[in-house]
Amino acid sequence: MSLNPLELFAQLPGAVAQGLIWGIMAIGVYITYRILNIADLTVDGSFCTGGAVCVVMLLSGYNVGLSLLCAFLAGMLTGLATGLFQTVCGISAILAGILTQLGLWSVNLNIMGKPNQAINVNNYDLLVSLRYLQEVLKGTRPFYWSPILVAGLFVVVIVGLLYWFFGTELGCSIRATGTNLHMARAQGINTDFNKVLGLMLSNGLVALSGGLLAQYQGFADINMGRGAIVIGLAAVIIGEVVFARIFRNFALRLLGIAAGAIIYYVVIQAVLWMKLDPNNLKLLSALIVAVFLAVPHWKKSLTAPFARKGGGRDA
Amino acid sequence: MLEIQKISKTFNPNTVNEKIALKGLSLVLKDGEFVTVIGGNGAGKSTMLNAVAGVFPVDDGHILIGGDDVTRLPEYKRAAFIGRVFQDPMMGTAASMGIEENLALALRRGQRRSLRWGISHKEREQYRQLLASLGLGLEDRLTTKVGLLSGGQRQALTLLMATIKKPRLLLLDEHTAALDPKTAAKVLETTESIVNRDKLTTLMITHNMKDAIMHGDRLIMLYEGQIVVDVSGEEKKRLTVEKLLELFSRASGSDEAEDKMILS
Repeated sequence: MSLNPLELFAQLPGAVAQGLIWGIMAIGVYITYRILNIADLTVDGSFCTGGAVCVVMLLSGYNVGLSLLCAFLAGMLTGLATGLFQTVCGISAILAGILTQLGLWSVNLNIMGKPNQAINVNNYDLLVSLRYLQEVLKGTRPFYWSPILVAGLFVVVIVGLLYWFFGTELGCSIRATGTNLHMARAQGINTDFNKVLGLMLSNGLVALSGGLLAQYQGFADINMGRGAIVIGLAAVIIGEVVFARIFRNFALRLLGIAAGAIIYYVVIQAVLWMKLDPNNLKLLSALIVAVFLAVPHWKKSLTAPFARKGGGRDA
Repeated sequence: MLEIQKISKTFNPNTVNEKIALKGLSLVLKDGEFVTVIGGNGAGKSTMLNAVAGVFPVDDGHILIGGDDVTRLPEYKRAAFIGRVFQDPMMGTAASMGIEENLALALRRGQRRSLRWGISHKEREQYRQLLASLGLGLEDRLTTKVGLLSGGQRQALTLLMATIKKPRLLLLDEHTAALDPKTAAKVLETTESIVNRDKLTTLMITHNMKDAIMHGDRLIMLYEGQIVVDVSGEEKKRLTVEKLLELFSRASGSDEAEDKMILS
């Protein structure tokens, strides 16, 4: 068995394109995990919801823009469900996400009508597709159809919009909600409303990413979101570890997250190239994320053994 | 300005942990009155303040702020009328946000949060001046993350945030208790000057009897969820710690106050 570097090199454009699409998802995860300080497991379901809505609408003859918009809105609805579970019903964040995620399994099956819904790039006008990538590389399609460019454009526009939004009065109040609930309420901020809004925004982006991925791979599948939260977290953490020292600016940090997703996919591609059994990928992902989450914790307990526990952040 | 009408609060009712925290407590604060609140642990001081702030609903009674009945308003809506500083320096500010961002959030207390930009250039000048008045050198560190500030700096900042938009009522919950004596004195001094400058109606809880006597123009003492001592005017000015302890044992009918209060 020999490893051919050219083979890996040939896989790179695909890994970058996929990474960028997942990057949008990771930015969604960043909103809940870092800004709202909530681990939101809804994403495993809402990612597929986005793919399902997008593919089914395309199959019904709607154009790709409207389909993606509806995927985004459907994702926002899933975030709304989780948000209401948390605020109105008082269910803990993790459990609320798990409940929505479980419920979405049925919803997604209902949207698609079956566990896997394919869409043929020959018969429909898609925005991104693995086929386009191959054609661009072969030179039979103009370069601006490259999914890397299209997905990259999505990332840049989304980061721009988020940079603006989190700088507004409303956006600032959402950041305050995630940092310190007591302070936020004392400053007259409706923390419940903000949590719901943040969850909706986050899951909207996750679903949009799902819609793009379904087009890229040519199908929506009931399992496409399984473990998405871990991939999202991996991208967030890699992005922070690699770029946090360089980027202070919020927009650049978000771009760093997307870059983190690219790095993740390049690594995965490299691991596959080394002939690792793909069945073990999820185990590997989980372990990588666990290690990256543990390192800051270990660092802290090593450098400040007698430091007072807690402090800083309020749950 | 503040009218507390016979409020009661019991925590964990009908369980072994049942705790009657407030027993039909009533209190009226005149406009601009600065009241210090003392009492032993579990006397209901913080519960009273939190009930006014709306952290939890009261079981009974009414709370009016400036004539508006706020008894049923959630915490974040009451915040439009109330400025607060907590005991824990971590609690009053958003650590991961900058000094100016924290102040901007506070300046918009009681307003709808719109999609306008979070901080305007005009405000920055105002922030600089306010921070300069603290004398902590914070005016040149507008974008510094609040998490990097010391406890005293944070409490001073929280105090600015609580008063940057003149509140109808200022609630201070042992806001110097977690600070070292020197810093505590400085923060208290700042408190006094802001309260006097803006003639703020203020409720200040303190563990320190001397502080309670020295500051404010009225002093109340809580015991088992009720007000047992209430002195103001000339009588307050002539108050000493010994006198206060005597008042307390007479009102509560016990001597346990002595060691409990002196020790705290």
